[in-house]
Amino acid sequence: MKLDLLTSLYVFMLAAFIGFEVIRRVSPLLHTPLMSLTNALDAIAVIGAIILVGERKSALSTVLGTIAIVAATSNLVGGFVITDRMLKMFRSSGPKKP
Amino acid sequence: MTAGTGTEQLIEVAYLVATALFILSLKWMSSPATARRGVRAGELGMLLAVGGTLLHHGIVDYKWIAVALVLGVIIGVPLGRVQMTAVPQRTALSHAFGALCVTLVGTAEFYLRAPDVSRFMMAVLSAEVILGSLTFTGSLMAAGKLQEVLPQRPITYKGQNVVNLALLAVAIGVAVYLVFRPEHTRLFPAIVGIPLVFGVLMIIPIGGADMPTVISLLNSYAGLSAAAMGFVLDSKLLIIAGALDGASGFILSVNMSKAMNRSFSNVLFGAFGQEQAAGASAPQARSVRSATPEEAATILAAANKVVIVPGYGMAVAQAQHKVRELYDALTRRGVDVKFGIHPVAGRMPGHMNVLLAEADIPYDKLLDMDEINGDFPQTDVALVIGANDVTNPSARNDAASPIYGMPILDVDRARTVMVIKRSMAAGFAGIDNPVYYLDKTLMLFGDARSFVGAIVRELAGGQG
Repeated sequence: MKLDLLTSLYVFMLAAFIGFEVIRRVSPLLHTPLMSLTNALDAIAVIGAIILVGERKSALSTVLGTIAIVAATSNLVGGFVITDRMLKMFRSSGPKKP
Repeated sequence: MTAGTGTEQLIEVAYLVATALFILSLKWMSSPATARRGVRAGELGMLLAVGGTLLHHGIVDYKWIAVALVLGVIIGVPLGRVQMTAVPQRTALSHAFGALCVTLVGTAEFYLRAPDVSRFMMAVLSAEVILGSLTFTGSLMAAGKLQEVLPQRPITYKGQNVVNLALLAVAIGVAVYLVFRPEHTRLFPAIVGIPLVFGVLMIIPIGGADMPTVISLLNSYAGLSAAAMGFVLDSKLLIIAGALDGASGFILSVNMSKAMNRSFSNVLFGAFGQEQAAGASAPQARSVRSATPEEAATILAAANKVVIVPGYGMAVAQAQHKVRELYDALTRRGVDVKFGIHPVAGRMPGHMNVLLAEADIPYDKLLDMDEINGDFPQTDVALVIGANDVTNPSARNDAASPIYGMPILDVDRARTVMVIKRSMAAGFAGIDNPVYYLDKTLMLFGDARSFVGAIVRELAGGQG
């Protein structure tokens, strides 16, 4: 357990550094789609809710988990749909590519 | 997590690949040319992760999972298809949904584990539900303000910050107590309930112009609460996704704060609206020069280089498509037209870029503040549409101004400045803008959409 905690902290720290480095390079042009994309990726929390509901450990966990899946899935789907819609609109004035 | 069966190993591999895809997804967002590939990578990663999870051996019942997934898709698709002008409130709403999911799972996990919860587990559970619940109500409030269901004006009262901070302190105090005495399960609702109230109170004093910072900050909280959930469930994938989202929100918040020359605490506790009262109370009786669409069209047609500076007013008036017609008309006449976009123009980071891209303006014409500011001295006309404070030179040279020190677009350095504005009323921050009184400034009074439309008609007529 102790080791797991430490490993988790390392993972968190390294991911945060990667996040900073990668996201700093995102053009300000795309900050709105960036936010909707990270929102969609954040919906990965749905996996925790899925296991919670599937294990059927208590009535409370099933009810809360089910609502949680609905909330996260709507983010997941909505986030990807709108990000793609936005990005489709960004075009360069250069010669059109096929 | 060290199950020996082939299925469990397969799930772990799926999570590993999903993690790599998530990082690549964000990396490809660095440029519009690769950004859509980034979305594909994110979708694939999500498919792998969710698909893998459904194979989990502990899952004994799929009924409610299936129902919830279907419902989520039914709600999610329309939320992905909202109009581009509604993107800020949609984003705030999705922060709320993400935080709701995290809070509910955290609550369920607590009651499944209680009263036998280790200190570390209780600490991360508390972080998860406190951050989750304050983000949930805070984001709902932000969405309400952006949708104008709630008043956009900041609402302040005496001792507001003390009340808010005291509430948060109580919640954290209860959480600390639970870390040492998790058997007092009756206290748990307090660390969900109090932050729910705090989330509401936190957003009440925030005005529309501060929304870009607040949305970014809520984004960061949503990510961090998801990372805390990853600690609770011992899921590396969730920790990484949460950390990436948290980092993204944090970077955007820092950008937004810098662009307003304010600290986080100043945004959250500064009650910007109040501060401005002093600035607005000095009435300006100076005269301005106004012009008709015809005069504006003549000057624009004669220019070589035009920079258009859009602001929230353009979004409100839905003028972006008329602006695109103006862009086309001027470009056809050989005028070089660019757009200068301030980081906090609009209601969320990058808001103006999305609206202008929707109106089919090429993204290489959309320049951010640092890129465009050097161009203004060589610019014939700076056309300001629905922006005010971000063009206010008081920020540069008037130490008494409430926005002193804020980086601005130097429109006053252009040869001619044109400002489309409904009336001489002050902007959101309530500060008068000296640019309006310059000799080289022409005020174009009217609705942004109809005024730009009138200029376009004049340009078309003059050509024939």
